[in-house]
Amino acid sequence: MGAGATAIGLSTLNIAGLNLAKAASSDIPVSDEEMTSFPTYCEVCFWKCAGWAYVDKNKNIRKIIGNTEDPHCNGRLCPRGTGGVGMYTDEDRLKTPLIRETVNGEQVFRKASWEEALDLVASKMKDVAYKYGPASFALFNHGAPGSHFKHLLHAYGSENEGEPAWAQCRGPREVGFSATFGSWIGSPEPTDIRDTNCLVLIGSHIGENMHNGQVQEVADIIGRNATIITVDPRLSTVAAKSKYWLPIKPATDLALLLTWIHVLIYDNLYNKDYVEQYTMGFDLLKEHVKDMTPEWAYGITTIDPATIRKTAREMANAAPSVIVHPGRHVVWYGDDSQRERAIAILNALLGSWGKRGGFYFKESVAIPKYPHPAYPHPEWSWKDNLDGKYPLSSMAITTEMLAASIPEMGYKHQIKAWIVAGTNLPLTIPNKDLFKNAAEAVEFIAVVDTMPMEITGYADVVLPECTYLERYDTLRAAPHREPNVALRMPAVEPKYETKPSWWIAKQLGERLGLADYYNYDDYADVLDWQLKKMGTSLEEMRRIGIKKFDRQSGPLYLADGEEYHFNTNSGKIELYSTEFADLGFDPMPVFTKHPEPEDGFYRLIYGRAPMHTFSRTSNNHNLFDLMNENAVWVNPKVAELWDLKNGQMVHLKNQDGITSTFPVKVRVTERIRWDSVYMVHGFGHDNKKLTRSFGRGASDTQLITNVMVDPMMGGTGMRGNFVTFITDKPGKEAEA
Amino acid sequence: MKEELFISGRDIPNIDPFLNIWHWQIPLYLFLGGLAAGIMFFAGLFTIMGKEKQMATTVKWAPFMVPVALVLGLFALFLDLKHEMYFWRLYTTIRMESPMSWGAWTLMLVTPLSMIWVATYMKELMPRWNWKFDFVEKTVAFFTTKRKEMAWAMMLLAIILGVYTGILLSAFNARPLWNTSILGPLFLVSGLSTGLATIIWMSKDKKERYILSQIDLGLIGIELFLIVHLFMGFLAASAVQIEAAELFLGGQFTVTFWVFVVILGLVFPATLEILEIKGFHIPIWIPALLILFGGLVFRFVMVEAGQITRYLY
Amino acid sequence: MRYAMAIDTRKCVGCSDCVVACQTENNVPHGYCRDWIVENVSGAYPIVEVELRSERCNHCENSPCVRCCPTGASHIVEGGIVMVTHDECIGCGACIQSCPYDARYSHPDGYVDKCTFCQHRLQKGQNTACVEVCPTKCLHFGDIEDPYSDVSLALKNRTWKVLAPEAGTKPQLYFLT
Ligand SMILES: Nc1nc2c(c(=O)[nH]1)N[C@H]1C(S)=C(S)[C@@H](COP(=O)(O)OP(=O)(O)OC[C@H]3O[C@@H](n4cnc5c(=O)[nH]c(N)nc54)[C@H](O)[C@@H]3O)O[C@H]1N2
Ligand SMILES: Nc1nc2c(c(=O)[nH]1)N[C@H]1C(S)=C(S)[C@@H](COP(=O)(O)OP(=O)(O)OC[C@H]3O[C@@H](n4cnc5c(=O)[nH]c(N)nc54)[C@H](O)[C@@H]3O)O[C@H]1N2
Ligand code: SF4
Ligand code: SF4
Ligand code: SF4
Ligand code: SF4
Ligand code: SF4
Ligand SMILES: [Mo]
Repeated sequence: MGAGATAIGLSTLNIAGLNLAKAASSDIPVSDEEMTSFPTYCEVCFWKCAGWAYVDKNKNIRKIIGNTEDPHCNGRLCPRGTGGVGMYTDEDRLKTPLIRETVNGEQVFRKASWEEALDLVASKMKDVAYKYGPASFALFNHGAPGSHFKHLLHAYGSENEGEPAWAQCRGPREVGFSATFGSWIGSPEPTDIRDTNCLVLIGSHIGENMHNGQVQEVADIIGRNATIITVDPRLSTVAAKSKYWLPIKPATDLALLLTWIHVLIYDNLYNKDYVEQYTMGFDLLKEHVKDMTPEWAYGITTIDPATIRKTAREMANAAPSVIVHPGRHVVWYGDDSQRERAIAILNALLGSWGKRGGFYFKESVAIPKYPHPAYPHPEWSWKDNLDGKYPLSSMAITTEMLAASIPEMGYKHQIKAWIVAGTNLPLTIPNKDLFKNAAEAVEFIAVVDTMPMEITGYADVVLPECTYLERYDTLRAAPHREPNVALRMPAVEPKYETKPSWWIAKQLGERLGLADYYNYDDYADVLDWQLKKMGTSLEEMRRIGIKKFDRQSGPLYLADGEEYHFNTNSGKIELYSTEFADLGFDPMPVFTKHPEPEDGFYRLIYGRAPMHTFSRTSNNHNLFDLMNENAVWVNPKVAELWDLKNGQMVHLKNQDGITSTFPVKVRVTERIRWDSVYMVHGFGHDNKKLTRSFGRGASDTQLITNVMVDPMMGGTGMRGNFVTFITDKPGKEAEA
Repeated sequence: MKEELFISGRDIPNIDPFLNIWHWQIPLYLFLGGLAAGIMFFAGLFTIMGKEKQMATTVKWAPFMVPVALVLGLFALFLDLKHEMYFWRLYTTIRMESPMSWGAWTLMLVTPLSMIWVATYMKELMPRWNWKFDFVEKTVAFFTTKRKEMAWAMMLLAIILGVYTGILLSAFNARPLWNTSILGPLFLVSGLSTGLATIIWMSKDKKERYILSQIDLGLIGIELFLIVHLFMGFLAASAVQIEAAELFLGGQFTVTFWVFVVILGLVFPATLEILEIKGFHIPIWIPALLILFGGLVFRFVMVEAGQITRYLY
Repeated sequence: MRYAMAIDTRKCVGCSDCVVACQTENNVPHGYCRDWIVENVSGAYPIVEVELRSERCNHCENSPCVRCCPTGASHIVEGGIVMVTHDECIGCGACIQSCPYDARYSHPDGYVDKCTFCQHRLQKGQNTACVEVCPTKCLHFGDIEDPYSDVSLALKNRTWKVLAPEAGTKPQLYFLT
């Protein structure tokens, strides 16, 4: 309200004249110039946007703003990234190391010094290595802490490390796409949305799924009226903005995909030159889908044939500038790799792979390896335990590692102890009993986390990590259109007694006699060494945050008629998968019917809210302010049947008799089919130490007890669960 | 089905899910202001008519209540302020378009005036009263000679004050329930009626009470008439105003309003007053108390219900 | 000059980034907000429409909040921005009652607060915090009297509406439909 602002309230009759000069207000926001900004990349989800943390003179982080040079975010963080400061300020954070003790028969945590806690973890690691061999010490991880603990475990002699990103997330699409194109999708997805003319979303709820760059590009194409076709039993945000919303009966997507393939082929709509030049198995495919007419699919999917034909035509008209999006969280019904195959095949017929407005060829910059002695060869790894099951799992399957932790399950090699870093297993892994039994069976659990999440309740030792805003971490070198590297550095000193993962891992390594693997004092030394090799330096990166490099692998797209070798068995895009055939799986996707809810039950589907990430943000004060509980979405017809009112609290009970611990608010809405109910994942925390989010909303994970496992890669299909409502005396029912 | 919801969890204290920024202080302030206006009006009126003798309670006794009511009212207003330490800002400017502003200024004029009025009657009522200071004595004596002029000023300011208590609300177009020009006259009349009730209660003179009761009956009649018009106006207006009226016609305020304000606060005391006039013996405090209580509830209801009504969502 | 904002409801995904960004930029206390998101659903399954609106003070041309303020704390500055001078505000709540959009709130420190169009940023030639952060770029801001400003360009060739025009406040938030 400086001098420049003149009051122009002419109607003001001023007696004392005091009103004329507006006094400067005391709490004007701090201007950017009075703050110092530090580069970081966001850890609130795995899109890893680069940004700047602004720190004021009192060493408070005031705000986090996107880095305009960053292709992940283009200077605009998503709400979770903007609200990331709430991760730092949360008073519920883990503050000191904790050790579990039994006092008078009761299990309690007591505060411990770092010395004591690290000594204890190291001694357990030695103990386990001595008794069972180091391979029986497993790591569950997700996100940035993972790399530091992977290095530790490899040096120690274990390769048993798993993350939910595979079997609970995107594994099936990597299997389906690599079988077809010989390439993973990876993260960020190389979908050229900004240039597409037609985007087809199978479930994928971009806009609620707030992966930043994708949301931005989808908004761009909404702005220029590109065709969007969204297949979702729920009117997702993006479905509401789409030219076509196909409210499919859940669990039947594969039939729709196959019939689209049928229409493209039999109505001669496919990209003939592309198919001719790059693919193999077309005739087999043509024969395979012969009877899969829109009329056939109608009976299965409830999508009418005319819409199926019309949307197929839209795709063909836009081809090759069309994307049938692979999705990301794709572990739905256990035949997910095959559904992803069908998506890949559809893209192949449209010729979108390697084309502008389709899928571009991504590239990342290689980060030089900081020298250390070779890792020892582990005695066994998770793969050996599978006995030929899930042959296409190229990353460890978390649920298999849990099963191997339970002696009664009879696995060849047993897992005896865990480190868990950056994953909240009780809310992340379906089938809670499996997790619980495993956690009870193992001898020791160390948890590295920032918050007193549910997982910490199972720990013998809790090691408090500082947040991403208070630490150095590995460089971000994710693939994109332009290769680039981004730096994360501390904006402030770690709060409380928290420490970064790199430090924790190094301390443990030194205690285990692995000091040779930690030939540095500070992780900043490693980063500086790596960055100098890449032609920059820590000093420069502190100033710019992100640096781009020239592409080495050639252009973003295939030129017309360009020769190209795909990384498949045949060197071609495989419409008929030789890889699948060799392993005894259907070489071309086959539709199978999935169970449907009984009377009075509804399929439980779930997804994201744009302002939260899984379970990790529900206690974040900034984001809690935006959304403090989830609701169960119910179609008005269902609400009428059950006499449910908007805002009413109900408990949910699933097909196996599991009742949600907490009640959840009913949202009566036309935005969902009547055979399904919908919830946002990540709520229903039951750890009282989360003072804000405890007991807010219900946990979808708790109700997911039926898991439909993908036989190819071990993905845990989570959408075969059915729930019913408990409206009266919910308290009593819940206890039963 | 239509759905409208906040998706970013707006849950602002006293604003969501509905406005509740004014609590008991404002209706009390409006009530006391109206009551003071009522007493002043009639004290002024009967003075001008030269009826000081016949209407002694009205002119001399009851005005003692006025400064008390006004100071209490101002105190209630003060309690309502959330940034009280800046209270003085009210008196650094006059903002003609702000009822709050001219209300504050009216009170600034009315309160001393009412005190002076009371002072001029001090000696008459308490013969042994002594002003201690000579200049006070002289000033009071001076004003004692100016009672007629003061009576005119009091009547005028009483009307302004009475109307103001209604306009304070009706100036807020944003609250459909308040958005009607009937509130000014209605609050004025209601204020006059509560003032009268106070006087009637205080008066020991049968004759005086008889006159006042008759006036009050007239006021109650006007009040009922205005209330009917208020609702007819709403029902003939926009959707949001119909919605507002529905709060009283089947909605959550129906019982409070029709039972406590209209029946117990207007119709029933009016009946008792008629009976009294007809010669039945009715303890005077009953109708008076009912009117006062009805007037208070009326203001509470109007303030609370008004805040619930809105244009959006 | 007349500042205004246009909100493209077709692009907005209701992510509420604009709300957090405002909170961190302007030090809005927890539990309060200067801007917020409304979701409007109409129709019946499967023909359903959803409108998402990022709302804040409309910086009304005919602003009842300024008129009813007894101290002049609420006032209008250059560009039509409606501001509240905190140390002139007595916290009487009149302006809160007068706003048809419930755009104001009572700050825990006592004074009334609301969207300032980030005047402190505008003065330095920066855009408002919410406009700058919006991932879908659906917020457009600028001088509506300048035909080439972002907001004027956004309004051109599109249909738009304002909220509660019947309240007569001449609001300056335009919702592109
Ligand atoms: N805000 C936010 N964004 C995130 C995340 C987050 O936590 N928060 N997490 C990120 C991560 S790791 C992932 S993996 C992604 C996940 O995001 P997506 O890959 O988009 O996840 P989906 O499971 O495809 O999306 C859920 C949608 O699937 C619909 N659906 C349910 N059943 C069916 C069905 O049978 N058929 C069809 N066609 N649709 C169905 C639901 O109605 C819902 O709209 O989100 C990422 N983005
Ligand atoms: N029911 C159900 N289950 C699901 C999903 C679903 O939609 N529904 N989605 C699945 C998908 S797609 C995914 S990707 C996974 C995600 O699964 P997770 O990655 O396990 O998800 P979060 O619940 O966010 O748990 C993250 C944990 O890391 C901690 N953390 C956050 N930041 C840091 C840090 O800097 N350092 C350390 N050490 N810890 C940190 C958090 O406090 C929290 O305990 O969940 C899967 N599971
Ligand atoms: S998408 Fe959002 S939460 Fe994820 S990294 Fe980017 S800013 Fe952070
Ligand atoms: S940031 Fe943009 S897209 Fe998100 S809610 Fe606000 S206006 Fe809508
Ligand atoms: S929106 Fe409300 S606060 Fe803003 S100028 Fe208009 S009336 Fe005043
Ligand atoms: S609360 Fe403050 S800004 Fe609002 S009307 Fe009262 S004095 Fe003016
Ligand atoms: S313009 Fe500034 S003050 Fe107003 S809502 Fe946007 S960020 Fe907040
Ligand atoms: Mo995921």
